[in-house]
Amino acid sequence: MTKEESLLYEQWVQFKKNRSAVFGLAIVVLFFLMALFAPLLAPANPIAQHLDAQLTQPMHKGFLLGTDDLGRDILSRILFGARISLLVGAISISISVTVGGVVGLVSGYFGGVVDLLVMRLIDIMLAFPSILLAIVICAALGPSLQNAMIAIGVIGVPSIARIVRASVLAEKEMDYVTAERSLGASHLRLIFSAILPNCVAPLIVQSTLAYAGAIISAAGLSFLGLGAQPPTPEWGFMVSSGKEFISTAWWVITFPGLAILFAVLGFNLLGDGLRDVLDPRMKE
Amino acid sequence: MGRYLAKRFLLVIPTILGVVTLVFFLRFLSPGDPARLMLGERATPDSVKVLRAEWGLDRPKSEQYMVYMSKVMRMDLGRSYKTGDPVIREILDRFPATVELSIVSLVMAAILGILAGVVAATRRNTLADFVAMVGSLVGVSVPIFWLGLILIIVFAMNLNLLPTGGRLDVRMLMQPITGFYTLDGFIYIFKERNFSYFLSALRHIILPAAALATVPLAVIARVTRSAMLEIMGQDYIRTARAKGLPERSVVWSHAFRNALLPVITIIGIEFGYNLAGAVLTETIFAWPGIGNWMFNAVLSRDYLAVQGGVAFVSVAFILINLLVDVLYAYVNPRIRY
Repeated sequence: MTKEESLLYEQWVQFKKNRSAVFGLAIVVLFFLMALFAPLLAPANPIAQHLDAQLTQPMHKGFLLGTDDLGRDILSRILFGARISLLVGAISISISVTVGGVVGLVSGYFGGVVDLLVMRLIDIMLAFPSILLAIVICAALGPSLQNAMIAIGVIGVPSIARIVRASVLAEKEMDYVTAERSLGASHLRLIFSAILPNCVAPLIVQSTLAYAGAIISAAGLSFLGLGAQPPTPEWGFMVSSGKEFISTAWWVITFPGLAILFAVLGFNLLGDGLRDVLDPRMKE
Repeated sequence: MGRYLAKRFLLVIPTILGVVTLVFFLRFLSPGDPARLMLGERATPDSVKVLRAEWGLDRPKSEQYMVYMSKVMRMDLGRSYKTGDPVIREILDRFPATVELSIVSLVMAAILGILAGVVAATRRNTLADFVAMVGSLVGVSVPIFWLGLILIIVFAMNLNLLPTGGRLDVRMLMQPITGFYTLDGFIYIFKERNFSYFLSALRHIILPAAALATVPLAVIARVTRSAMLEIMGQDYIRTARAKGLPERSVVWSHAFRNALLPVITIIGIEFGYNLAGAVLTETIFAWPGIGNWMFNAVLSRDYLAVQGGVAFVSVAFILINLLVDVLYAYVNPRIRY
């Protein structure tokens, strides 16, 4: 165990040296804290309408970031919006990782016809431009945040499956796997306790980057009206509902957009940093 | 190389068949009946029945599939329910607008991205490198729909420099020649000594192209940087320096030429994404291209139009990727398998 701990420690030391990765981690932690403590931090109820204070400018009447067309406090909506975006990211990534992980493991481990068919299907899915696929799935299932998560989860499956498959292919020829197999280990045991733990590093890297992608896609879908529905304080939806007032009230779209930008940037920086530390082979 | 290309060409066929099959199955994704969804809640059972018969929805699924596939292969994507026009006609009418936007945005992205990547690589670990790399991460992280609106606020509304949307001034009636308005406008300069079309088309395309260029710009900068870094460390670069060549010629004619390969590949891939991913950009800038049209089809539940649009764009995407691979094999002497 001590060896493993020291490896983890070594990686942490390496990670800390990467300034932009640490910056990314800080952003991500900050957004999680915002989401967690939104009820304590938010100065107002995110869906309460102050009809005497519609489209109030930032720093006026006690609204730090101003209000939207229904007089709702933008700062509070952004804080609560963090809960939604992080949750959407987490759920859609879970879908991608579960489905893509199982598919990649099975396909890489068993090979043969299964692998051939699965990989063809993955190629076909990758041939679809992903945002388009998400829009169509979302439109077919009906516009809601839940369906947006499903759509984003589905479009993330192919890349996860490919990465897992590639590392399974590399791992399964290793001596330790052959050794376990010759000791009579079952397929399940080989897959889950021998191979899977060694595929975790690239999976973590890819999931972190996909988290960023999920947040931005969910915001895009909500912007188009296919995701979150009113009065949910979702960032993309906030930008969309503010676009009618851009000639007079720039703040309604500006701040939620910045929230999306920073959240996505945080996960991207973190993912890049993790890649450098966890998987030197994947380094650009 | 011949064998590789033959294999690559053959692989396209099952992929396209697969994509079209998947598009066909999309119709079973919606919980309700497409005809009923299209006609709305108050439709009479008879009118639903007529539409179902028209779309062939009353036939067995296997038959529907065969009919759909054979029609698609003949470029028959059915008729849009909203306009009554053939879907393929509607798509082809709008395709030039999308292609034009993609090309202009990629030209912007390629010029700036390559420049940023080369500067970052040659001044590694300096402030310029840091700015270029953080900048490129911001580029992939910025939500396009938001950036588009910010560009409109700043350049169209406050500075009043550029129009907020569309392809041409509303008052102008230009008879399109190629369908690419900037090119058409350019032709009219010679044909009628009229600069106004060209200027108007150019002014309209700048903002949407800039918004659409952010992601490719960032990706191109990163790929260029890493390709350049790899090459700048090689022996022949040291030789070129040792024989006293000016640094500019070492960087551009020795190193960059060999870094071009991955850069060209990524430009091709990004072109494919742009064609399909322009939904958000086209919606914001009221750009009358395929993305905008398809989104409206989604909203009005014009389901043959949606199916046709997705099939068309995906096939275009596959063919562009094929073209990129062929080009790559052609330029890269190492591919001989």
